[in-house]
Amino acid sequence: MLVTFPHMGNAYIAMKSVLEDLGVDVLVPPPCTKRTLELGAKHSPELACLPLKLNIGNYIESLEKGAEVIVMAGGCGPCRFGYYAEVQREILRDLGYSFKMVVLERPQGNVRDFVKKLSMITGGKSIMQVLASIKRATRVAVMMDELEKLCWQVRPRERVSGTVSRLMQEFHSKAYKARGSRQLSALIGEYKNKVSRVAVQEGKEVLRIGIVGEIYTVIEPYVNLSIAEKLGCLGAEVDKSITVSYWVINHLIKEALHLYNKRDLNEASYPYMRSFVGGHGQESVANTVLYKRKGYDGVIHLLPFTCMPEIVARSALPEVSRQYDIPVMTLVLDELTGEAGYMTRLEGFIDLIRRKKELDKAYEEVLPGN
Amino acid sequence: MKKYYLGIDVGSVSTNLVLLDDQGSLVYRDYLKTMGQPIKVVQEGLKILKERMGDVSIAGAGTTGSGRKLAGIMVGADVVKNEITTHAVAALDTNPAVNTILEIGGQDSKIIILRDGIVSDFAMNTVCAAGTGSFLDRQAARLQIPIEEFGDLALKSTTEVRVAGRCAVFAESDMIHKQQLGHRVEDIVYGLCQALVRNYLNNLGKGKDIKPPVMFQGGVAANRGIREAFRRELGMEIEVPTHYDVMGAIGAALIAREAVKSRGITSFKGLDVSQCRFGVRPIDCGGCANMCEIVEIIRDGVGIACWGDRCGKWSSRVGKYA
Repeated sequence: MLVTFPHMGNAYIAMKSVLEDLGVDVLVPPPCTKRTLELGAKHSPELACLPLKLNIGNYIESLEKGAEVIVMAGGCGPCRFGYYAEVQREILRDLGYSFKMVVLERPQGNVRDFVKKLSMITGGKSIMQVLASIKRATRVAVMMDELEKLCWQVRPRERVSGTVSRLMQEFHSKAYKARGSRQLSALIGEYKNKVSRVAVQEGKEVLRIGIVGEIYTVIEPYVNLSIAEKLGCLGAEVDKSITVSYWVINHLIKEALHLYNKRDLNEASYPYMRSFVGGHGQESVANTVLYKRKGYDGVIHLLPFTCMPEIVARSALPEVSRQYDIPVMTLVLDELTGEAGYMTRLEGFIDLIRRKKELDKAYEEVLPGN
Repeated sequence: MKKYYLGIDVGSVSTNLVLLDDQGSLVYRDYLKTMGQPIKVVQEGLKILKERMGDVSIAGAGTTGSGRKLAGIMVGADVVKNEITTHAVAALDTNPAVNTILEIGGQDSKIIILRDGIVSDFAMNTVCAAGTGSFLDRQAARLQIPIEEFGDLALKSTTEVRVAGRCAVFAESDMIHKQQLGHRVEDIVYGLCQALVRNYLNNLGKGKDIKPPVMFQGGVAANRGIREAFRRELGMEIEVPTHYDVMGAIGAALIAREAVKSRGITSFKGLDVSQCRFGVRPIDCGGCANMCEIVEIIRDGVGIACWGDRCGKWSSRVGKYA
């Protein structure tokens, strides 16, 4: 039984880890490419949001390679996402593929049900074995995000530009072949080491930019046109408010156990948004505030075209930007592959915050005691 | 010998060249149609410049616009800058107090908010053509009015005719409807100007604090109907700089002057670049399923730059060209 799942940035590493530790044969879909998007766009409803289309593309490319089971997240969605798996199943059936789809819903207070669904794929593995492999996969996800974070920090400072990106390309092609949590964590460790040894320009002043927005567009580099890499090359260190491990730990595990603590987020977003608005809309507003407090120079807000929760967030962000004096730029992503306009906006934004930073610094110098 | 600074703005519709003297005053300007051939038009522009100005000494060059990278490689630009920054720099040079820049070109439009002489916010149009010059062009053609007379005709309007501006497709059908009802052409034309302005402000101006002085630049600023519609909609005077249609190129030249002054040396290859034989070699990279369309820029038979790849396999070779 060959199991596959859709891509979302480095999420495939955690998925591989959990499934392979349970003895499941995993087929990671080929990385998202133009073909993935073309396949997805061709077979999806035109007005569906971009992630759904890429998911479809991933499935088709995996099914072509012999995948038999698709694992997809579900849930009674706060946005269209909750309905994705159902629509996708129908689309693939209409196309004539034969497969089994397992929809993992976030355990709403019922962890046993979640584990039961997982064991549908894993065969007769005990609950303890399943839980243990989830635990190991969570660790792998955390390590992977640490590696990514390291890249975001090193890239703007590297002596020879492109070094980090080259290392990471190497990493991903090896990660496709690695098996199970043991090999994956060893590989991540090895590359953490390599990236941390990349020659950097000591003491170089870099800009710091936080990225907020809809989870898929923030995490999947194909959709955001590798925004972290582009900003890194423009001399900015980035941080993403949502990562794979954050999602796994907070939304899958803690929320299921009623341990997810949103106090910080609620406090930060309170003047602008007092409740959950679906997806990560509230988080986008809250994290913009939190980035300012952490001393970031600017925030970029990403969303796929027609994403409702982030449209709500977008209408609150100009006020946050004004009151907290932090530049915020919203970028709406869709099936675009032309990068010229995108680069213009990123470069324009970098110029803007660089000049602002210089000016703020000049003010501090003339106002002693500040 | 007097020193000059060259600015080149390669846009989707037009390519503009300007020459500034050491004081930053404009001494030469040229406006050419890009017609999808940026390499040819840049060379043509440089040739005309040389014919008209003689062998002037150019101390620095900057490029901007969507073709900035290509033009930058061709002429050896000292700076390759995005349009947001160049437009802001040029506007500030004309009026240091400017707080808002409205810019409408052929294919795109932008709004730039400035405070205390620096850019504090900006937006560019995304998926909509209704807020751009090509929309006006098309409607003018449909009404068989030369685009140059479009604005003046709009000013003759006495009655307001509302045309939907949400989308170019709706606008067109709405306009045909009004025509068939017998409304006068000048009223419809002014209605179109208002529709464009409404679309622009709703699309780009939302959530932005538009404060005077407001400067209006880009090719569409020539249209007096649009200026009037902006003035009424915003309730503010709209300033149109003398060289409104080449502001991007002016900004690029100004930034080049600054860069050359701090570096002390220019990388500009000279006006004779127009004599070189430029070519492009398309490469279909089959390295992965992305099937990137790579373009290699060739000067006199030698590759000088490469781009178009997602992974960096080709573009990283630029180092070898330098």
